[in-house]
Amino acid sequence: MSAAIAARRRRGLIGWAFMLPLVAVNALVVLGPSLAAVYFSLTDWSGIGRAHWVGLDNYRELASDPDFGTALWHNLLWTAFFLVVPMAMGLFGAFALTRIRRGRLLLRVVYFVPYIVASVVTSAIWKNLLSPDLGIGRMLHVNVLGNIHLALPAVEIVNNWAWWGFLVVVFLAAMRDVNPNLYEAAALDGAGTFGQFWHVTLPSIRPTFLFLGLMTIIWSFLSFDYVYVLTQGGPAGSTDLLSTLLYRDAFAELRAGYASAIGVVMALISAVVVVGYLAVRKRKDWTV
Amino acid sequence: MTTLLGGRRAQPTTARRQAASATGQSAGPVTHVLLCLLALFALGPLVIFVFSALKSQSELASSPLSVPSAPRWGNFLNAWQQANMGAGLANSAIVVGGTVAGVCVIAGGAAYALARLELPGGGGYLSYLLVSSSLPPQMFLVPLFYLWTRIGLYDSLFGLIVIYCGLFSPFATLLLRAFLLTIPRELEEAARIDGAGELRLLLRVVLPVAAPGFLTVALVTALSAYNEFLIAVTFIQDSARLPLSTTFFSFQQGYTQDYTLIGAAGLIMVLPMLLLFLALQRRFIEGVSSAGLAGV
Repeated sequence: MSAAIAARRRRGLIGWAFMLPLVAVNALVVLGPSLAAVYFSLTDWSGIGRAHWVGLDNYRELASDPDFGTALWHNLLWTAFFLVVPMAMGLFGAFALTRIRRGRLLLRVVYFVPYIVASVVTSAIWKNLLSPDLGIGRMLHVNVLGNIHLALPAVEIVNNWAWWGFLVVVFLAAMRDVNPNLYEAAALDGAGTFGQFWHVTLPSIRPTFLFLGLMTIIWSFLSFDYVYVLTQGGPAGSTDLLSTLLYRDAFAELRAGYASAIGVVMALISAVVVVGYLAVRKRKDWTV
Repeated sequence: MTTLLGGRRAQPTTARRQAASATGQSAGPVTHVLLCLLALFALGPLVIFVFSALKSQSELASSPLSVPSAPRWGNFLNAWQQANMGAGLANSAIVVGGTVAGVCVIAGGAAYALARLELPGGGGYLSYLLVSSSLPPQMFLVPLFYLWTRIGLYDSLFGLIVIYCGLFSPFATLLLRAFLLTIPRELEEAARIDGAGELRLLLRVVLPVAAPGFLTVALVTALSAYNEFLIAVTFIQDSARLPLSTTFFSFQQGYTQDYTLIGAAGLIMVLPMLLLFLALQRRFIEGVSSAGLAGV
């Protein structure tokens, strides 16, 4: 009996030995610095030198900081856009691809190509297209990225260009696992194409749909590259997101403690979304 | 949590084929037009970018969207030299190679332990990995930055590789674990009865069977590392050590306002990944879509 316990313990130790590199690098890069960020968010740390404890002062300041409020609002608009536009394009693209006879594989590749283009290059492609001297901007006589009403939607469209093809590919993979008999049954019941999509496809891919919804919310709060390269948050803060505000506070304004507080708020938002998702997934009727 | 990434591959492919044939009938002309518009949206901006890379500056200014009258291939050579793309490409090769190797070792060992060795506390750590990979990097960026300056990893490619390994290995672990769960255990049990140790088992028995899973992980990781911008722009300062994403960024933000050369430099950056993608598209798409199916 005790020999069996010893053998199990030994196998457990061997297992954790295999886990060690992952645990170590994760602790060094993610866990340790994240815990440090929670601590620094309670200090007036500049990023250099000593940090002094200030309690919840940074969070109180956040609550009344108009820049933070604006950035948070932009993030919410950003999330709403990404929950609607790319999701609709991805669902339509994937469903339509299951319904055509020729060219499915080719179109899947075509839609996916922008996803592999680096964000810095995507930004350059669209900076040219939108510039008031070249391309679309000249045709429309408008400086899209320099206009406080157009800049945010424009950056969202640029980000979406590189994003929606990913959703097509994932939805397509999920849709191919839908039981074909369900479509036949729905067709016999008189369901048209849209009826089949609504009553068969969408319920069948619900786990994927939910998961991508979750990832969309989380990733939309992390968006950084396109704003940073295209507008730097401007003009007049009209494209500032929490991530770009944090970056400026940390590395330009040397307010590392305050920036850490923004980071903690972002992490809390992610945590709420993940916990909500796990709770929804636990309900039996949602997991298919 | 135990269903994470599980069982995807177990789907019989015949059902998929039936699904494709049963539903491959009823698309109308409107659907076809919309699909073509989506294709235009995907490729149009790229094509115009290729055109602009092949024009002279004056032609770009006079007719920015048109086909170049006489393609100027010399733009690529000028961009290569002026943007210092050679050095950037070499640095990126080091970073991508190091990250892919590191992630495969780190995630391979962890996935093996999670899938095959009855690991006490393994389920809890899996949940932690899911949470940890959804944390915003911006949150730990600032403390990480000052940690890296203190321990001498700031402004070094090795330091960048370590961060990428930390960022990309949780997802790679989940992916590889799911892959290992679909492989039957008989081979390993036989080898274990013959007295093989765990490391030997992993290297000699599991690794050859799991090679497609590793290839998928390597591709997804290579794409992420090659394109990554936020960490690279924060942690690499010395212009001799910049990877391609930041090489291109500084060229674009720099004194040059020559959009033809920016176009050429951008295409030089995209080309390696594009070729890799076109060569291995099926595995690429499979790997990336399993990223989207990870929670299912």
